[in-house]
Amino acid sequence: MYRYVINRLLWMIVIVLLAAVVVFTLMYMIPGDPAKLMLGLEASEEVLAQKAHQLGTDQPYIVQLGNYLWSVITLNFGNSWKYSVPVMQELGARLKHTIIIGGVGMLLNVFIGTVLGIFAATHEGKWQDSLTMVIAMVFISAPGFWVALMAIIVFSSYLGILPATFILCDWRSYVLPTICGALGGIAINARQSRSAMLEVIRADFVTTARAKGQREGIVVRRHMLPNALMPIITGVGGGLAMIVAGSAVMENVFSVPGVGQYLLDGVNQRDRPVVCGCVVFFAGFTSIAILLTDLAYAFLDPRIKAQYTRRKKAK
Amino acid sequence: MANQVESPLARRKQIPGLEFFQRMTKSWSSKLGFIVLAVIVLFCVFGPLFSPYTVDEYHMENMYALPSLAHPFGCDHMGRDIMVRLMVGGRYSLLMGIIASLASAVIGVAIGLIAGYFGGIVETILMRFMDVWSALPGMLLCIIISSALGEGFTQTIIALTIGSIPGCARMTRGQVLAERSKEYIEAAESINCSKVSIMFRHLLPNVIQPTIVVTTMGIGSIINMAASLSYIGLGVQPPTPEWGAMLADAKGYIMFYPHLMAAPGIIIALTVLAVNLLGDGLRDALDPKLRG
Repeated sequence: MYRYVINRLLWMIVIVLLAAVVVFTLMYMIPGDPAKLMLGLEASEEVLAQKAHQLGTDQPYIVQLGNYLWSVITLNFGNSWKYSVPVMQELGARLKHTIIIGGVGMLLNVFIGTVLGIFAATHEGKWQDSLTMVIAMVFISAPGFWVALMAIIVFSSYLGILPATFILCDWRSYVLPTICGALGGIAINARQSRSAMLEVIRADFVTTARAKGQREGIVVRRHMLPNALMPIITGVGGGLAMIVAGSAVMENVFSVPGVGQYLLDGVNQRDRPVVCGCVVFFAGFTSIAILLTDLAYAFLDPRIKAQYTRRKKAK
Repeated sequence: MANQVESPLARRKQIPGLEFFQRMTKSWSSKLGFIVLAVIVLFCVFGPLFSPYTVDEYHMENMYALPSLAHPFGCDHMGRDIMVRLMVGGRYSLLMGIIASLASAVIGVAIGLIAGYFGGIVETILMRFMDVWSALPGMLLCIIISSALGEGFTQTIIALTIGSIPGCARMTRGQVLAERSKEYIEAAESINCSKVSIMFRHLLPNVIQPTIVVTTMGIGSIINMAASLSYIGLGVQPPTPEWGAMLADAKGYIMFYPHLMAAPGIIIALTVLAVNLLGDGLRDALDPKLRG
């Protein structure tokens, strides 16, 4: 089991590095001289050459890539071209917001999504089921940023209880970004949990549990839920990917100074160190999430755990 | 047509696909999805021909006009009719969704087929490549690619396509792995079918069904992604009346003229909803076992 985890972690690092190479190459191919971009069109040839030398952009691709990879391995992404601030320092300052929004969104996703799914499944065919599923379908379909804008109109414009743009040191500014960011994931998870529960709801062991007179709550919690957990975890993993992917857009809507917004700024200003730094962060975050999902399978299902252990013995 | 029909068999002969279509739209939700989608497509394709306004025609006296008989969805910050902009913008949004989804399905299925059928080193390389590819969630990948390619319709389609390939490839490969060891493949191999022929004539029809469903649903999520891209300033940009770009335009006036936000958002949500409902119906018709 441990060897499996270590293997996966090593493989994860390789993937993140390769993703960094891909993004570096993409950013390298963007037309336009970075030195010119920083100094403006009027800068003289001499100054431009000096700046290019300072940035290292006058070197061949391979050398730049090598330097860049080394900076990723040492977790020092260099300075932002635009603002000359170390990317790592800026990332550290912005991480807090993204983690709070993503983490709380994740918890909401796990609890609300699963509970709604179970609720719908145990009321299968009744109006509660249809209502939950219709609402879920609407939130899956509506674009996340538009839902967020509507929330701004309702809660900031009309009711005036929550801020529309991010204010530092005010917990209320986290409320809308977190909830709006999580809604799509919650809806997906609710649908997934419902179908997973419906798979087991007519299983023989459930009938047996009922036949021996167990209370309905225990039947649901102890007999149905553990057997339906696998697809639910898949749904939760999908929800997490959605939160990460949506974070850039969501942070843009609410002007949250998080990593997603940093990535967008970097992209708009062709700021290669910033983009690459953010990409390494997001890729690492996603890979860890996928690994955790896989480990959760093993943790919850002895059959899968046995598989991993056997693989270890085979080596 | 119903009065000429004697038996279900005869009917099937008359109109190919009719029986499948009926199976697909059996439930009320997929019927609804089909109708809504059909209305939206007709609205976008033929609507502008009947509209008294054009996309760029502005009347300053109508700035921020509320919905009225002359302008059913109101007018935007330049006094342009929102309805005609929605119709023309829908052409971009729908086309982007359909083309990008189809393109990513074709490429993804090809990669998945090759990886799954050949196995070994080919499979390892291709699938590891897909791992790297999807280390970034689709949306972020689209953001970076479309910033590298620049703004525009074609560029956005390419970015959206690239973002959706790995999912298709993974799924097809999974299907191929399940089918590969079956007897009909062995039979095809034993009569010396070429590898290309086995992959595309024998394997493909047996592994394609889930891909069809996911591709259909993918149209919806790609329309959503395209709108998000335009909203954050990439992808298709104003003055092109793409739905996301219209929302980006309206954002500046959100506090004072929130009604500008309503129509584009609702039509995106409706389109995606209809596509998803239809996708559900398609899945039930193709394979009831997949039902979730």
